[in-house]
Amino acid sequence: MSKFNFTKTILKNLFSKPVTLMYPFKKREFFERTRGHVKIAINECIFCGICEKKCPCNAIVVKKPEKEWEINRLRCIQCNSCVENCPKKCLDMGKEYSNPTVGPNTDNYHA
Amino acid sequence: MYENIEIINILNNDLLNHVLKFKEQGYRLIQICCTKLKEGLALDYSFGIEYKFVDLRMTIDDNEEVPSITSIFSPAFLYENEMHDLFGVNISVISIDYKGNLYRTAVKRPFNCENQKDEE
Amino acid sequence: MGKRSIVPFGPQHPVLPEPIHLDLVLEDEKVIEAIPSIGFVHRGLEKLVEKKDFTEFTYVAERICGICSFIHGLGYCQAVENIMDIQIPERGQYLRTIWAELSRVHSHLLWMGLIADAFGFESLFMQCWRLREKILDIFEMTTGGRVIFSVCKIGGTRRDVSTEDLNFINKVLEEVKLELKQFDNVFFDDYTVKHRLCGVGILTKQEAYDLGAVGPVLRGSGHNYDTRTLGYSAYKNLDFEPIVETAGDSYSRCVVRIREVYQSIDMIKQAIGKIPQGETFTKFTGNPNGEYFARLEQPRGEVVYYVKGNGTKFLDRFRVRTPTFANLPALLKMLQGCDLADVPILILTIDPCISCTER
Repeated sequence: MSKFNFTKTILKNLFSKPVTLMYPFKKREFFERTRGHVKIAINECIFCGICEKKCPCNAIVVKKPEKEWEINRLRCIQCNSCVENCPKKCLDMGKEYSNPTVGPNTDNYHA
Repeated sequence: MYENIEIINILNNDLLNHVLKFKEQGYRLIQICCTKLKEGLALDYSFGIEYKFVDLRMTIDDNEEVPSITSIFSPAFLYENEMHDLFGVNISVISIDYKGNLYRTAVKRPFNCENQKDEE
Repeated sequence: MGKRSIVPFGPQHPVLPEPIHLDLVLEDEKVIEAIPSIGFVHRGLEKLVEKKDFTEFTYVAERICGICSFIHGLGYCQAVENIMDIQIPERGQYLRTIWAELSRVHSHLLWMGLIADAFGFESLFMQCWRLREKILDIFEMTTGGRVIFSVCKIGGTRRDVSTEDLNFINKVLEEVKLELKQFDNVFFDDYTVKHRLCGVGILTKQEAYDLGAVGPVLRGSGHNYDTRTLGYSAYKNLDFEPIVETAGDSYSRCVVRIREVYQSIDMIKQAIGKIPQGETFTKFTGNPNGEYFARLEQPRGEVVYYVKGNGTKFLDRFRVRTPTFANLPALLKMLQGCDLADVPILILTIDPCISCTER
């Protein structure tokens, strides 16, 4: 049984700079593959509806006659299925997380 | 690549005999599971020794009475209470009996009732 | 004869990561028995099998628990792949093994922090979790998420990892190993830590086996049992021995987990050295028809997945028997005869993951 085993770590901690990210003074750098939120290039979308079928949470609603694409941000689990299955590759996974909201959070896009 | 699973089909009144034999041979209880079939329920009692895995399968009606194995394998009380709460299996003489209060759900026997509303 | 009283412990308690309720029957300061009460996080996930088709159910299976999420997804996929007789390419298996071992490292580091917090050593808690951040950064870099990876699918993995990323993982793990060596002697040798852990919650070899304990609880009491030796995924190509301690008290369980961190780091290095080039997934058609019991080793112990399919795209039954469910009777035995002040330590020593237990 020995004592003072932790002293070396404590002294190192006292004299080094903080490990935490100094948010909000410094912006958080996300990685390339971070699954943040789904983005769409609406002008290339052909409204085929494959993303709506592949979504496991029914977060996407595609209306072909009105050329409207809608996503419910609070239902989306950022699983990447829609991005992988889009035939025109107009969906992309952005790096930042969706903003917190008070009520329902649906984003509509028109072409 | 995968191990072979051995499933033995038994009847309700043979359950305690098989379980006693396993206990004498030094098996341990791995899990107890219940599946809803078209008619009735299927109970699976899984035991293991070293790395070998053996499963006893029993088909019963919804209200048939099943003896408890907690007198032989004491940790079975959690699994049996869970089966009673979720599927409504009628198990007699469990060593620690919660009498339906292990999972306090709004709907009794949630895994074994007809779906009240077909919602999407 | 002392005075008997009943003290409710939980469901909210600063030391518990998830809600569980225990009614402790006390005589003066010693616990006579404990009556557990679970069901606070019961979400009925097993019933969702009837609504979500079997390819989408991977996302539900991953979300059973936050700490062991990858291995839940992996176990489900393995059970369905065996029913449908799908062979995964080698590279997919190695990638899955690397992620599973990284999950084990991060789970054990989380546990080390929690047990340090339970006996009041908060700066050690901070050190362990600071180290864990490096592992979470690896996850975010390779899979896109820190906690829920969504990277396992039936037929293989959804993403590939480049060679330079694998070399980066090696480098980070070397740093983790060095830093862990600097303070693991606090767990092994420190005077106050030993007083809190040694001789507390003794489980003899026979009791651990009879009560159905699994994982580090079983290995800390002298049984040589590790489900990874069955050789699923890429474990058959890796060289390792289960870590066993004989004392059966909380100290030996702590030692088993810390040594497993070092062992996992070695196994990841071996896997990165042996990983072949190739595809990471195979396509498949059809629906599962049959049943299978898949057994894997989670950080907390042996987990059993039972999947039954009937030929349609909805499965008949999905059942998980998690290691914490199997360790609960062992916990109740350990609590008999201990002091009230030791109760938080004993609960944490089985590494409770209540959301896994109740699904």
